[in-house]
Amino acid sequence: MAEIEFRKALNMAIDEELARDPDVFVIGEEVAEYDGAYKVTRGLLAKYGARRVVDAPISEGGFCGLGIGAAMLGMRPVVELMTFSFSLVAMDQILNNAAKIRYMSGGQVRLPVTFRGPGGVVHQLGATHSNATESIFAHTPGLKVVACSTPENAKGLLKSAIRDDDPVIFLESELLYALKGEVPDDPEFLLPLHKGRVVREGSDVTLVAWSKRVHQAMEAADRLAADGIRAEVLDLISLRPLDQDLILKSFRKTNRLVTVEEGWSFCGIGASIADIVQRQAFDFMDAPVERVTLEEVPMPYNEAMEYHVQPSVEKIVKAARRVLYRDVKESTDGR
Amino acid sequence: MKTPSAKTGRGAGSPKRAQTGNSPAAGIDPQALVRMYRQMLRIRKFEERCYQVYLQRKIGGFCHIYSGQEAVAVGMIDPLGPEDYVITAYRDHGQAIARGMSMRAAMAELYGKATGCSRGKGGSMHFFDVPGHFMGGHGIVGAHIPLACGIGWGIKHRGKGGVCLCFFGDGAMNQGAVHEGLNLASLYKLPVVFVCENNGYAMGTAVSRGAAEEHIYLRANSYKMPTRRVEGNNLFEVYEATQEAVRRAREDHQPAFLEAVTYRFRGHSMSDPGSYRTRDEVEAHKSRDPIGQVVQHLEKNRILDAAGIERIESEVDAEVEDAVKFSEDSPQPDLDSAYEDVYVNYPADIRQRR
Repeated sequence: MAEIEFRKALNMAIDEELARDPDVFVIGEEVAEYDGAYKVTRGLLAKYGARRVVDAPISEGGFCGLGIGAAMLGMRPVVELMTFSFSLVAMDQILNNAAKIRYMSGGQVRLPVTFRGPGGVVHQLGATHSNATESIFAHTPGLKVVACSTPENAKGLLKSAIRDDDPVIFLESELLYALKGEVPDDPEFLLPLHKGRVVREGSDVTLVAWSKRVHQAMEAADRLAADGIRAEVLDLISLRPLDQDLILKSFRKTNRLVTVEEGWSFCGIGASIADIVQRQAFDFMDAPVERVTLEEVPMPYNEAMEYHVQPSVEKIVKAARRVLYRDVKESTDGR
Repeated sequence: MKTPSAKTGRGAGSPKRAQTGNSPAAGIDPQALVRMYRQMLRIRKFEERCYQVYLQRKIGGFCHIYSGQEAVAVGMIDPLGPEDYVITAYRDHGQAIARGMSMRAAMAELYGKATGCSRGKGGSMHFFDVPGHFMGGHGIVGAHIPLACGIGWGIKHRGKGGVCLCFFGDGAMNQGAVHEGLNLASLYKLPVVFVCENNGYAMGTAVSRGAAEEHIYLRANSYKMPTRRVEGNNLFEVYEATQEAVRRAREDHQPAFLEAVTYRFRGHSMSDPGSYRTRDEVEAHKSRDPIGQVVQHLEKNRILDAAGIERIESEVDAEVEDAVKFSEDSPQPDLDSAYEDVYVNYPADIRQRR
């Protein structure tokens, strides 16, 4: 067990899997000679050579498709997207080929490919580079969608994703890459892809988040605690399939729910969570589900505007107070 | 490989046939010729029967008939070995059969039956026979070219040898995925032979109306791989060119690009009004039927006599009828199988919409 940076935990996971299985290879833009745009793949070229750690041209559709084709033959490609905003360029490959070829072939192929990289908003990169793509992927049967939030689960989950026989969308966050935490050295440290976790126990309200928003939800929980409100914070980790049992168990205890997501509200993951809760725990509802989301605008560049339209600790606190009917005069949805 | 100077096929005025294979045919073993003749005929008769049962509403969806292009699939797939792979676009019945898929599995898939090659979940455009290294039928134009690169990658780096033969149409040449794939294949020296079946029209759009450079092989030249344009209706020329391209891909681990100029006798799909080409044009091409050319050669060189030709025809007829009967008699898939094959391992119940 050592305290290491988030990016190093990801690096360890890839390193160990490259060492373990000759069918694993890494491909993406700047992953080899440049050591990775965010240094996640640092040192891997020197260790494994250009056949296993492969620089790709700026050709997302091309190299994502190459990864899928290699997976059809049983290889385990780890395809790095410099950011998931660029996955939009490769959407046909991921949504049509990775997600559907197994099905369309009547189960004749396995597609053990992992698409990984940072997702969501960073800081003042403007609208094209700030997309939260998880709802698109989670919408699509055939894909598994995982979001890591700590150095520890980054390692354990990425290793499981690489070993998984289905295509996995593995979402990281640039804003978490420097976060430090304890990470097991064990090369067999694996975490299940489909399990969320309770990050903080509470009894008054459930806050559901994933990726970097988990940390915001935790901060919100601290502030709520100062007012005597005990919030339970869930880190979903798996966005497809959703860990429904985790959500429902918590909701049946707290009877109040706030979902936090970096993407837009309409057709968002929080909408599916609200749907599950109202269908399966209607009798436990003490308030309508509140959703803290991105405003329905493309991400603005201006720093203050960028902050204003995103989920924030303040918005989460307010939403939690609303489901507890603590601030009834505030009626603006989600703000 | 040489770059031929033949004129390109503008939709309507598709090029004149190159000298009908006397020299290229000379090197082909007579047994191979008979085998390929039978394969071409199997595809033609299968497709024409598809046409009929489609009109009888026995099969649904889109259905793209391969008739007229048989020399390309057969002349290119016959030289392959079991270690090699084939991947193609949505007009995939011909390649699937040439690669060894049974007519039963193919026809039953069109019927949507559980006995179909994709368990009734793929349909006409999505045939698969992975054990036979037929890696699909792909419905989105050009989207399988990057997959072919990945298959080439797997072949090269798993050390099992082989090549991947990747078919697509002239329309695909205007898709970004094709150019990304050609670039990657050349950059990474992947053993992929790209085959552009230029049948003159992308759906109803003639090549010259869709491409600023209508000489397709010239566009591929810029990826620094050997390119060659062949008369796609001439089995012998196709066969010879493929042998060379496959040998180089196999031995030198490098891609090649073949443009096969051909013509489809039927419409783009079953709903094609055919208004973009004249009846005369279609008839002119039918008079240069690739199967007719092979029959002529077989008879002229006394490889098969009329009785031999007739015997093969009746055997193929019987095989097609057997495939239809098999498909008619096959069970509908269990509706529960709709929930299968989405994932290898899914830790939730898909029926619960999780």
